[in-house]
Amino acid sequence: MIEIKSLSRRFGSKLALDNVSLGVPGGVVFGLVGENGAGKTTLIKHILGLLKAQSGSVRVFGLDPVTDPVGVLGRVGYLSEQRDLPLWMRVDELLRYTQAFYLKWDAAYAEQLRRQFGLDPASQIKSLSRGECAKAGLLLALAHRPELLLLDEPSSGLDPVVRRDILEAIIRTVADEGRTVFFSSHLLDEIERVSDHIAMMVSGNVVLSGPLDAVKQSHHRLTLRFGTARARPPALAGALSVHGGGQEWTVICNGTLSELMAAAANLGARVVEQGVPSLEEIFVARAGAKSLKTQPPSDLS
Amino acid sequence: MLIHWNNFCERSNASLSKSVTVQIHISPNDGVPIYLQIVNQVRYLVGSGRLSPGEEIPAIRVLAQQLLVNPNTVARAYLELERAGVVTKRHGSGTYVSEAGSPLARRERLKILTQRADALLAEARHLDVEPDEVIKLLRERHEILTQSQK
Repeated sequence: MIEIKSLSRRFGSKLALDNVSLGVPGGVVFGLVGENGAGKTTLIKHILGLLKAQSGSVRVFGLDPVTDPVGVLGRVGYLSEQRDLPLWMRVDELLRYTQAFYLKWDAAYAEQLRRQFGLDPASQIKSLSRGECAKAGLLLALAHRPELLLLDEPSSGLDPVVRRDILEAIIRTVADEGRTVFFSSHLLDEIERVSDHIAMMVSGNVVLSGPLDAVKQSHHRLTLRFGTARARPPALAGALSVHGGGQEWTVICNGTLSELMAAAANLGARVVEQGVPSLEEIFVARAGAKSLKTQPPSDLS
Repeated sequence: MLIHWNNFCERSNASLSKSVTVQIHISPNDGVPIYLQIVNQVRYLVGSGRLSPGEEIPAIRVLAQQLLVNPNTVARAYLELERAGVVTKRHGSGTYVSEAGSPLARRERLKILTQRADALLAEARHLDVEPDEVIKLLRERHEILTQSQK
């Protein structure tokens, strides 16, 4: 569905995307995780063809979004982080206006969504609350039943009730129609709930990508206990982050469990606790590891 | 106001039209994969009799929307439950709790307890408590609990 190869982008002296490669299969919910400034929005703008690749390539439905915007954008629903809607329009005017851009606009579906989201057709956009603006933006992205739904931080800054509406819309989109959803978020429990594939970005790099299950199965949280107190953290092969002190240290690490257990035994440690880290723990560990030293990206797909 | 009322009606109709619901709660951060949380909770609901044999469970996309999880995750949980004989799919109509009667229900109940027992034994091992002491403790606790109920 989306194929990005060795994409790099520089803004002045800042390297916003550093040799990013990413594949998004059709029919999945793909969650893009990263801190603010990690390059998520820049990546999404390349997928939409709003930015031209300086090096590397971007293909959406096998097409180049920069040279074939009509072929790509007509099949994509997009909700920008800014929700840049024309403030002076009314809700019904905005629907009619947007309809004109899409051949496949489904007016009945748009009306159904409008009622479901509780948007008054006579309201002016500038009078809408933040949550209503997000819903209006989502309505515009959904009403032409796009093959690919691209959402940039869809639930950022919204209250839990509106977030629920947005997540529900994502789920309905994939469940009813088998469409593909690509969304970025820094809310990791949200990503963990609805995604089946994820990618993690840290300062312009994709440090991890693959099916969520594979990502979770390849990371472990181990608590090691040593016979004597240690002044320095243990150097366990595959460790992404180490916390603790004295005799006990908790390590978030990447690898197979048997290898990690063997590595722990080699260090003279007993594993007293073992668990599956949350996506949040994996992300924090990866982001920390990246800022200390450059980690080779692990591709699990 | 009218719009909100319509909106409300539409939603409640949507949920009433298929009145099949189950009480399942997901926490993405507790280390257990979400599909397994669904499997365990359906097993528990069946084992404890809160879902009875022949009762319908929600369609995949309905439960996905209720729990706000990926439909593939629910599909995987249902497949697992079907393989384990807890639920049965009927073509074109839906998914139902299996009509296996009490022996299975008892097995399910024991399965739930087995998981708890495993967790208890693992904890005991970490705390350096022997299995015999755990069994003794269980007996003691049982007596205390039965006496306090009298």
